[in-house]
Amino acid sequence: MLRQIEGSRAIAETVALCRPEVVCAYPISPQTHIIEAVGAMVKSGVLTSCEFINVESEFAAMSVAIGASATGARSYTATASQGLLFMVEAVFNASGLGLPIVMTLANRAIGAPINIWNDHSDAMAVRDAGWIQLFAETNQEAADLHVQAFKLAEELSVPVMVCVDGFILTHAVEGVDILDQASVDSFLPPYEPRQVLDVDEPVSIGAMVGPEAFEEVRYLAYLRQRDALERIPEIARTFNDLTGRDSGGLIRTYRTDDAEIVVVALGSVLGTIKDAVDIRRDLGERIGVVGITTFRPFPSEAVRSALANARQVVVLEKAFSTGFGGVLSTDVAMSLRDMDFDLRTVVAGLGGRAITRRSIEEMLEKAQHDDLESLTFLDLDQGAVERERERMRTVRRSGPSAENLLRDRTADLSKAVRRGA
Amino acid sequence: MTDQRVHFYQVGSFAVGNRLLSPDDRTVQSQRDRTNSIDSGHRACQGCGEALGARYALDAAMRATNGRVVAVNATGCLEVFSTPYPETSWRIPWLHSLFGNAPAVATGVAAALRVKGKGDVRVVAQAGDGGTVDIGFGALSGMFERNDDVLFICYDNEGYMNTGVQRSAATPPAARTATTDAVGPEPGNIFGTGKDLPRIAMAHDIPYVATATVADLHDLERKVERAMAMHGARYLHVLVPCPLGWGSASNDTIHIARLAKESGLFPVFEAEHGKVTSVSTIRRRVPVEQYLSLQRRYGHLFGSNARPDIVARIQAIADENIARYALIDDATESQEMSA
Amino acid sequence: MDTPFAITLGVGTSRANHTGSWRVERPVYVDRLPPCNNACPAGENIQGWLYEAESGNYEAAWRKLVEENPLPAIMGRVCFHPCETVCNRVQVDEAVGINAVERFLGDLAIEKGWRLPDPGPDTAKRILVVGAGPAGLSAAYHLRRLGHRVRLVDSAEQLGGMMRYGIPAYRLPRAILDAEIDRIIEMGVDVVLNHVVHDIELERSAGGFDAVFLAVGAQLGKRVNIPAGDSSKVIDAVSFLHQVAHDDPPLLGRRVVVYGGGDTAFDAARTARRLGATDAVIVYRRNRERMGASGEEFEQALGEGVTVRWLSTVSRFDPERIVLEKMRLNEEGFPEATGEFEELDADSLVLALGQDTDLSLLDHAKDVTVHDGSVEVQHSMMAGASGIFAGGDAVPAERTATVAVGHGKRAAHGIDDFVMGRSPQEKQRHELATFERLNTWYYADAPRTKRPELEKVRRQTNFEEVIGGLTEENALFEARRCLSCGNCFECDNCFGVCPDNAVIKLGGEDRYEFDYDFCKGCGICVKECPCGAIEMVPERI
Repeated sequence: MLRQIEGSRAIAETVALCRPEVVCAYPISPQTHIIEAVGAMVKSGVLTSCEFINVESEFAAMSVAIGASATGARSYTATASQGLLFMVEAVFNASGLGLPIVMTLANRAIGAPINIWNDHSDAMAVRDAGWIQLFAETNQEAADLHVQAFKLAEELSVPVMVCVDGFILTHAVEGVDILDQASVDSFLPPYEPRQVLDVDEPVSIGAMVGPEAFEEVRYLAYLRQRDALERIPEIARTFNDLTGRDSGGLIRTYRTDDAEIVVVALGSVLGTIKDAVDIRRDLGERIGVVGITTFRPFPSEAVRSALANARQVVVLEKAFSTGFGGVLSTDVAMSLRDMDFDLRTVVAGLGGRAITRRSIEEMLEKAQHDDLESLTFLDLDQGAVERERERMRTVRRSGPSAENLLRDRTADLSKAVRRGA
Repeated sequence: MTDQRVHFYQVGSFAVGNRLLSPDDRTVQSQRDRTNSIDSGHRACQGCGEALGARYALDAAMRATNGRVVAVNATGCLEVFSTPYPETSWRIPWLHSLFGNAPAVATGVAAALRVKGKGDVRVVAQAGDGGTVDIGFGALSGMFERNDDVLFICYDNEGYMNTGVQRSAATPPAARTATTDAVGPEPGNIFGTGKDLPRIAMAHDIPYVATATVADLHDLERKVERAMAMHGARYLHVLVPCPLGWGSASNDTIHIARLAKESGLFPVFEAEHGKVTSVSTIRRRVPVEQYLSLQRRYGHLFGSNARPDIVARIQAIADENIARYALIDDATESQEMSA
Repeated sequence: MDTPFAITLGVGTSRANHTGSWRVERPVYVDRLPPCNNACPAGENIQGWLYEAESGNYEAAWRKLVEENPLPAIMGRVCFHPCETVCNRVQVDEAVGINAVERFLGDLAIEKGWRLPDPGPDTAKRILVVGAGPAGLSAAYHLRRLGHRVRLVDSAEQLGGMMRYGIPAYRLPRAILDAEIDRIIEMGVDVVLNHVVHDIELERSAGGFDAVFLAVGAQLGKRVNIPAGDSSKVIDAVSFLHQVAHDDPPLLGRRVVVYGGGDTAFDAARTARRLGATDAVIVYRRNRERMGASGEEFEQALGEGVTVRWLSTVSRFDPERIVLEKMRLNEEGFPEATGEFEELDADSLVLALGQDTDLSLLDHAKDVTVHDGSVEVQHSMMAGASGIFAGGDAVPAERTATVAVGHGKRAAHGIDDFVMGRSPQEKQRHELATFERLNTWYYADAPRTKRPELEKVRRQTNFEEVIGGLTEENALFEARRCLSCGNCFECDNCFGVCPDNAVIKLGGEDRYEFDYDFCKGCGICVKECPCGAIEMVPERI
C-alpha cells in the first residue's frame, strides 16, 4: 500500500514484516527513528515473537545480535557513524562467524569534528569487514532492500548492511509502497541457520584458527561473496516478480547506452545526479549514470560492462581515503584496469553538505571540457582552507581547524553584515 | 551459614565425594557420569585453576538444568586453550565471539531461546577477570541492569594471563605482573586501585551474586545450583589460581585458593537482590603471609629485602574483609590464628 | 549439522590431543602402612576393619579383624591400644577410639553368634600348645585355620591364663572371656586342663607332636625381701588376683598398700577397694611420668578412690604400719634414696613388682636357650631349631595380652612353615603413612566419643564391668573418624580435582586409575589426597 511516510518508518515497518526475532537498539542519529518504531511495534504487540532489547552501546547491540543469530534467531539492529565504529570489532566478528544479521546503516559522517549529517565515511570504514553492503537510492528501495537483505543473508550465512543516507532518506517523508505480510512471507522463508547453539547437537562456535587454516577460512568467505554476486540479481528479479519494483540488484544504469561520460555514485545522490544529467542531455551531452546498489561484494563485471564505452568516468563519492583519494574510485578503477579510460574522482557532500544540482551541472560541464581534476572536492571553500593553512604555518598553537574555520566564517558573515549596513 | 554441614562423616563436608554420603550429598564432580563439560586434551597449563573451575561450574549447571545449558565464552585463556582448531574440548554448545562482549552475546542467546520457545535451555556466560572487570565491564553492567536471564561466571585469576600476565583491575595490591613490576618504593601493583566486582554486581540489585573458590567444591556447586534455580541476571565470581601467573607450584592450585579464603583475602559469600545472605566463615584462619609466600608474584615481599610493612597492609585488607563480611564465627574465634 | 569450516568444531575432539606427553612426573596410587596397623602387637589390619565398620558392615569388619585376632571383645577391653597412641588423628583432635570400636564389634559378634572361620583342610600335623592364655589361644586358632591338629594343655581348671586369673572381672567380664574362648575351642581344639607339663621333650615325644608352642606365661609374682613383722599380711599381686578370680579372696583388712607402679598394681588396688578396703594406697618409687600403668587405668583408679604415694619405697612393714623411704630421681631418671622416712598405716601389703616365669619344663630341652628368665626365640618365635616355639610372657617382650596374641599368630605361621617344610618368609611392609603425607583439611572436625563409665560409687563395691560399650551410633561415628591413613577410601578427591579429567573412577570398591594419555603431571591429586595414597614418581624419559 502506497503511503506518504518517513523513510525510517518505512524501513521499520518493512523490517517488522520480515518477522525479526531479536532486535537490539541503541540510539544514534539519524538511525533512531527506525529502532524507535520497531520498539513501539513490539511493545504494542503489533510485532509478536520478537525480543526488543535496549542495550547499553552499539558494541552490545551487535554482540546481542551475534548471540541471537548463533542461537537461530533472525536478528536485526541499526546504527550509524560513531555507533558503527564503536561496534566495529563485533561487525567483523559477525561476518567471521557467518551470522546472517541484517543491519541498517543510516549513513553519517564520522567525527571529529563531530557531525551528525550524512556522508558515507561510516560505510566505507567497514567495507572490508566481510559484510554485504547494499546502498538504497530511495526510501522505497531502502524498504525493499531489507526484505531482500534477510533472504540474501540467510541463504549465504553472511551479514548484510543496508546503507541508507542519513536524514536525506531516513527523515524524508515520501510515498513508499509497504508490502503486505503475505507477500513478505512468500518471499522470505523462516530462518534455517547453518549452525546453531543446540543442546541436542552441541558444537563449539568461534574456534581459534591458526595459520594452518585461516587463509582458507578467509578464502571461503571471499567465495561466499562471489556467490552473492550471483544471488543478488536473482533475488532482485524474484522481488520484481512479486512487487513489480526494480529494487536491489548489483548496479543500476541510467542513460548509459551512448554515454561518453558516466557518473558513478552510491545512494540517494543518484537522484540529483540523474536530474543534472537530464539537463545536460538536453544540451546534447552524452552523459549517463551508473548507480552502485551492491557495494560489497563489488560487482566488477557489471561495472566494467556498464562503463565499457565511456570515455570518461566520474566517480562521485561521499567519502574519501584521507591519504589517498577516492574509495569507490579505486574499486571502479580496479574493475576497469586493463581498459582505456579516464577516471575522475569527485568528493562531495561530506558531513551533510548539500550536493546541489547546480554544483553537479558545473562539475559535469568541466568534465565535458576535460577540465575536471583527477580529484575534485565539490563546493570546497578554498579561501577558508587557505587562511587555515596560513595560520598553521605561522602559529604553532593555531588551535583546532574546525573551530578556526567556524570563527573565520562568523567573521566573514559579520563583515558582510557590516558592509551591508 | 545456610548450607548444612554434613557432620558424622570423616570427609563428607569437604572432599569431592565419599561412599558414605547419600547420593544427594555428593558433588557432581564425584559422579562418573558428570558431563565433563570441558574434556581432556585441552591445552591449559599444568594445574590450571580456570580449567578446573570451568568444569566444576558448568558440570554443576548441567546437572541443575538436566543438561540444558549453552555457554558463551569471552576471549582469554579458557577460550584459547579449549578451542584451538581443529580440536575443541567442549561437550556442551559453546560460542565464542569477542573479548569484551560475552555478557551481551549471552543476552542475545537468552533472547533467542526465549523467542524460540526454548526457555528451558539456560545460558551461562564466562570470562576471565579481564573480560569481566575491565573490557567486558560495560556489557556486563548492561546485562545486569536489564536483568537478562544469564548466569555470568568470572574465573578470576587476577590478571591478563593469556597475554603474558599483565595487570587487570582485579590484580591485588603488591602483586607483580608484567605491567606492575616489583621495583621502586611501592613494588608491584599499587594499593588503593582495583575493582570489587561482586560488590558492584550487588549494587545492580540483581537476584544473585556469589563468590567461590576452586577449593570448596561443595560450596561452588551449591551456588551454581542456587543460581540455576533462579532467573534473571546472576553473577558468580570464582577465584581460580594460576600457577603460571602467580608463580605457584602446579600442585598448589587448590591449596592456595583455600588459603586465599582462610586468610580472609578472598571473602566467600552470597547475596540476593543486593543483600548478603550468607558467608562461608573461616575454618582455620591463617595469616596472609602463608598465602602470599607460596607465590612468586609476591616474592619481593619476602627474603633478603623483605617488606613486612607491605605484608601488614595486605593483612589489613584481609582483616577488613573479615570485619565487613563477618567471616569469623564466634565459636571458632578462639581457635583463630593458632596455625 | 554441516558446520562452517574451522570456526565451528564438533564436541570432544580435543581427546585427540594427548597431553600426557607434557608430563615429567606421574602420579601413582600407593598403599601405605597406617601407624595403627604398624603399632598393633597383634598385627591387626585396623584401618581395614574400620573401613568396613564405617560403612556399617559390622560382620565384614569383624571378619577382617579376626583374620588376625580371634579375641576382639577381650582385646576391646584389656588392650592398652598402642594403635591409639600413634594414631595420626591425635594431631588433628584426638585419637580414633579404635579399642572401643573393636570391643563393639567383638560384643556384637557374641550377641549375633558369629562363628570364626572354618578350620583349614587337615594337614594331619599335630601341635602341642602349652598354656591357654592369650598366646596359646591365639596360636591354637591360627593353627586350626591352617589345618593343623592342636592339643591345648593348661595347668589351671579353666582356659584363659592371666586373662582369667590376672585381670579382674570388672575389666573383663567372664561371660565375654568364655564366649571368645569357646568360639576357638569349637574349631576343634583338643583341650586338656589341670595338666602340668614337667618336661616338654617327654610330653612332645609321648604325644608324637610335630611341633610345640610354649605359652606358659609369667605366673610367679616377684618377691622382694622386705622386713615384715607379720609375713602373712604380705601377698604378691598375682596370687591375690588369682585368689579373687577363684572366688576365694584373702582378708586384707581396711587399709591396703600396694607396692609397684604397673597395671597389676592398679588392678590389685582397685580390686582391694571392691573387696571393702577404705584405703588403697599405691606406693611407687618413681613419679607419674615414669609409671608403667596405662593412663586410662590410672585415671579410673583415682576415680575410684585409689591414692598414690610417688617417689617412695617400702623399707619395712610393721603390724598396722609401713615405713616408707622417700626417693628422688637422679639426672638419668633413676630413683635414689634420700634417707628420709615416713610412715603409713596399713593392714596388709600387696607386692606388684613384676612376674617371673616357670620354665623348668625346658630343663631337658635341647638347643633352647633360656636367658634371664625368658626363652630366646627367632622372629618366627622358634626357640632353637627343633620345632619348639615360644611366646607370650615367657619370651622377652612387653607382657600384654595383645603382644601375646600377636606371638600366638606369628608362632602359628612359624610352626606351619616348620611342619610343612617351608623356609619362613618375611612379608614386605608398606612405607609408613606419616602425618605429613595427609591433607587433613578434608576431615570434618569430630571429637572422640567417650565410652560410658560406671558411676564411681557403684564400681567401688562390685565387680561389674567399669567401662561400657559404645552404642552402634557412637561406634559408627568413631569408626568414621578414621583418617584411613595411606589407604584410599574412595573420597573421589583425585577424580574431582584433576584439571584434565585424567582420573578414571572405576566405581564399586575398585578405586581409580590414572589416564596417562591426558595426565599432565600437575600433582594436585597428590596434594589434595586426604590420606596420602598417591605419590609422584619421575617419568622415565
